[in-house]
Amino acid sequence: MDLSKVSVRELNQYLHHDLAKAGVKHVNITNPDGAHNIAVGLDADVSVDIQGHAGYYAAGMNKTANVTIHGNAGTGVAENMMSGTVRVKGFASASAGATGHGGTLIIEGDASLRCGISMKGIDIVVGGDVGSYSAFMAQAGNMVVCGNAGDALGDSLYEAVLYVRGEIRSLGADAEEQKMTEQDIKKVGDLLKKAGFDYNAKEFKRIASAKKLYHWNADAKQEY
Amino acid sequence: MSEKITHEESHGFNRDVINYIQNASAHGLYEIRGLGAKRALPSFDDLLFLAGSASRYPLEGYREKCVTKTVLGTRFAKNPIVLDMPITIAGMSFGSLSANVKEALGLAATELGTTTTTGDGGMTQEERQSSKTLVYQCLPSRYGFNPDDLRKANAIEVVIGQGAKPGGGGMLLGQKINPRVAGMRTLPEGIDQRSACRHPDWTGPDDLVIKINELREMTDWQVPIYVKIGATRVYNDVKLAVHAGADVVVVDGMQGGTAATQTVFIEHVGIPTLAAVRQAVEALEDLNMKDKVQLVVSGGIRTGADVAKALAMGADAVAIGQGVLFALGCNNETYFQNGEHHSALADYKKLGTAPGFCHHCHTGKCPVGVTTQDPILEQRLNPEVAAKHVRNYFKTLNMELTTIARACGKSNVHHLEREDLVALTIEAAAMAKLPLAGTNWIPGVPL
Ligand code: SF4
Repeated sequence: MDLSKVSVRELNQYLHHDLAKAGVKHVNITNPDGAHNIAVGLDADVSVDIQGHAGYYAAGMNKTANVTIHGNAGTGVAENMMSGTVRVKGFASASAGATGHGGTLIIEGDASLRCGISMKGIDIVVGGDVGSYSAFMAQAGNMVVCGNAGDALGDSLYEAVLYVRGEIRSLGADAEEQKMTEQDIKKVGDLLKKAGFDYNAKEFKRIASAKKLYHWNADAKQEY
Repeated sequence: MSEKITHEESHGFNRDVINYIQNASAHGLYEIRGLGAKRALPSFDDLLFLAGSASRYPLEGYREKCVTKTVLGTRFAKNPIVLDMPITIAGMSFGSLSANVKEALGLAATELGTTTTTGDGGMTQEERQSSKTLVYQCLPSRYGFNPDDLRKANAIEVVIGQGAKPGGGGMLLGQKINPRVAGMRTLPEGIDQRSACRHPDWTGPDDLVIKINELREMTDWQVPIYVKIGATRVYNDVKLAVHAGADVVVVDGMQGGTAATQTVFIEHVGIPTLAAVRQAVEALEDLNMKDKVQLVVSGGIRTGADVAKALAMGADAVAIGQGVLFALGCNNETYFQNGEHHSALADYKKLGTAPGFCHHCHTGKCPVGVTTQDPILEQRLNPEVAAKHVRNYFKTLNMELTTIARACGKSNVHHLEREDLVALTIEAAAMAKLPLAGTNWIPGVPL
């Protein structure tokens, strides 16, 4: 589908309704030109290639489908994803994979601020760096960062686990470095393999919640 | 020496303030509680209607038709919400409320031809099944938020803020996080759960335009999108919501309720509903969007008179939360179980309170089974009985509303207008920009 000829509305209408009826298993989207909301709400066993840069919320709330963005992605790529795979060949803007419940988000370049914010079960693998406030209030799932992480990584973390290969500028409230176990190494190895990144899983640090904020802490000096 | 005891209470340091300081000094903790602001505020009570007389022609109170049908979401949605009355049930979360209550609200709303609304924590099966028309909230936490439920919704409400705590996130204390609540929110059981105060994937009004479009794309432009704001800088916020593409703007004044928020927040942040509704209407009028974007007002709406005044000020509908809780039995001395009334006094006492004064929703130990996840306490509320009470309450409000509308000569409640109102106090006159009763004087407006 050529987005210089059809609107995002027509594209999404097709993806939501006509695709399944026609038994289509692959959709090629050309000329995305940074348009917002491309391929949001997919719920089909289909692979979608976006040939260029996508704007906000590309593949938002994805279920089942495998989406590849052959370019950069705007804010909120694969936000609230439920299942399937979304791969960004370039860089991702803020809030990549925000609140994602499941599936895998792979970003081959860097991800900006708040990557994985409030993630709820999604796995996110970033080939480059992640910006500050990534995994803020992250509830469940795994984030593997092959590069560096910015400030306040994992602030107010719940049960999500973060793995970082490079430098971490600072950890957020209640996030702490913990010992990598064999299980962690296996998990990171599997995710790297799935993402196609050739790093040694043993090089990663494990960041998880210290669980000191799980119960409201009256003695905290409000600076945490 | 005189035996006379003097009772000269300080205004600034009265017994309540002394009690507050002593509690703070004993515990080093601020108070968290449920319900809404308790302080006296300028409100709809400070307005009065000028009904029909020689200069206006009233309608016969019991017989003549008075339309209450209300349509919300006519701007962009293919399927606007059509209500039989302009009174809806405000968003309250499963987690703060039990599943029984959510079901009861759905049953009541369906019978009344109005809407109920999900809350922080997602959509329960019970409320979807029992509600013919359900508004699905998209909150900063996105707890339980998913595309399947989104597509089952009849409208979507993007919640930016809440009147009881604009700018504040949520708090659900561990005692209310049972396995089902925890599962829906993807959180460990029993922890004190915080809800974010900002949305995770958009930061400003320009982003919100795109977010709203995403929700429309997700739902194929079928259902209306509401934007709910807690009342602070209402004039600007309503304008931004309209620019962002909202079909409906919900403005929640500071009298709005909460399941658990710091008292300092409840009592000191936000502006009263009376002031908020006037600013909201001005914003819509200045944009020439009045009647194109509908306005729902909430925050301390209690009676048919409140509804009528909100409509006369320019609202299209109201949403009620706390009033619904009271209808369900909140602060009742008794609860009704197995066909008979039982005293709840001992349970109020255990919470250190009594009927009429309880605001302990945050504890999860609601004596009448409304705001609890405790399997024994939640049995104190039967969904069918509770639904009947909510239905009776809303029917009463609707009757009061039409009574006033007819007295003002209106055959449709939406024809109530500002010209029908005057203010009782200078504060109310200034906030509502209405004349002080018996004068032409509107503070701040040249005569
Ligand atoms: S009676 Fe129940 S619902 Fe009402 S204030 Fe007390 S705890 Fe809350």
